[in-house]
Amino acid sequence: MYLPEIVRGLVITFKKMFEPRVTRQYPEQAMPTTEVTRGQPRLAVKDDGNIACVSCGLCEAACPAYAITIDGQETDRFIEREPERFDIDMLRCILCGFCEEACPKEAIFMSNELELANTTREGLVYDMEQLKRSTSILQPRIDYVRKINDRW
Amino acid sequence: MPFLILLIKASLIYGGLLVTAAVMTLAERKISARIQLRIGPNRVGPGGVLQPLADGVKFILKEEITPDGANKGIFRLAPIMAAGPAMLTVAVIPFAGETVIFGLDFGLLSLTDLDIGLLFVLALSGLSVYGVILGGWASNSKYSLLGGLRASAQMVSYELSLIMTALTVVALSGSMDLREIVEVQNTGNPLAWNCFTPVIGQVGLILFVIATFAETNRHPFDFAECEPELVGGFHTEYSSMKFALFFLGEYCAMTVMACLTTVLFLGGYSVPFWEDAPWMVELATFMAKTSFFLFLFIWVRWTLPRFRYDQLMNLGWKVFLPIALANLLLAGAFISLT
Repeated sequence: MYLPEIVRGLVITFKKMFEPRVTRQYPEQAMPTTEVTRGQPRLAVKDDGNIACVSCGLCEAACPAYAITIDGQETDRFIEREPERFDIDMLRCILCGFCEEACPKEAIFMSNELELANTTREGLVYDMEQLKRSTSILQPRIDYVRKINDRW
Repeated sequence: MPFLILLIKASLIYGGLLVTAAVMTLAERKISARIQLRIGPNRVGPGGVLQPLADGVKFILKEEITPDGANKGIFRLAPIMAAGPAMLTVAVIPFAGETVIFGLDFGLLSLTDLDIGLLFVLALSGLSVYGVILGGWASNSKYSLLGGLRASAQMVSYELSLIMTALTVVALSGSMDLREIVEVQNTGNPLAWNCFTPVIGQVGLILFVIATFAETNRHPFDFAECEPELVGGFHTEYSSMKFALFFLGEYCAMTVMACLTTVLFLGGYSVPFWEDAPWMVELATFMAKTSFFLFLFIWVRWTLPRFRYDQLMNLGWKVFLPIALANLLLAGAFISLT
């Protein structure tokens, strides 16, 4: 007989109506991020206001998408070299994290920032000022990277 | 003055019907969302309540496409044929008893009380399938044609059981006047409702509800549309407001059929244990009963998969019709015994 099974099905769907809903309303409720989240690369600004980058070009070389462009210059600071220009073309960036891995100076880290939108292509080429984030924001990721790499 | 009152009544009832159809489209989406653990439309207005309005505006603004080779006249006529009869049937549904609003006597709350009200509803709702068939035929598309053909075959097989079951109620109540049918059941005792007549009532109710599903082209009998097999079925080639009219017709037909089920089996507007209830209570009771059936329409849609076409035919001719006939016979025996 068919009818009892239909009733059983109806009961199941009726119960489902009162279960919690799984949809996440994305723009309002963002996906929770952790230190493992590999978002867009950012430059960590140290407490003295400078970034640790010495424009060695390792991240530029490691980048498989050729997203990073660095022009170096000399500086009076102890590190002697600093980037004059540090651009990441976010349209090219594939968020692979190789730059973070390649960096010998703990200058670049993958942040938990995932949203990327603009009306022009030029606007998505981030320069140094746009890439700077204070160390305190990036700290969980920095700790995580140190733990994983275990090289310091 | 009587004309004015009739005008007010007509606009209220038809306004109510169209609003119900609009609310149903929203409820359909909301309830399906709940069943599937989703949220559903929630962008237009608080909680998405204005979604039907947005849908309507969208439909009107869409491009109207008439396919090459379509029979233009019939192509245009079909949506009207689908929606018109479905809306007309509401005229004989009794919503409440004696109604007085602000001291204005509206008489019995229904547009008209025909002696053959039930016949009127069945005849007109049977007519609405012409919209589907003509639409399918005029579209000049194989999918539409198949959808229309299926709709016609389905309608013939299920209309029979529907009418047979309705006849059971006619036999029990001794009238075809829908108000008369309600009044027979309206005794203050809910056990007088037709659905509580031993065996006959329950079998009749189940058969009737299933037959209305087929009659209104709803899941699990929506062979006229049948998305996975026939693209969109009879409305494959329709767009814009013509498409919306088909759906308006479908939802109106659903509403009317829910009303009819209430009238025939659940005692219409009769309030349990309160025979001479004021009209507002009666109307509320009627609406509550009707909304249960409307909810059932949606509920079943999101529970059951679609039947296979041969299953539908088997069920209609080899199961429903014999049971409906036996039920009618039983009703005859029951009446002659009591």
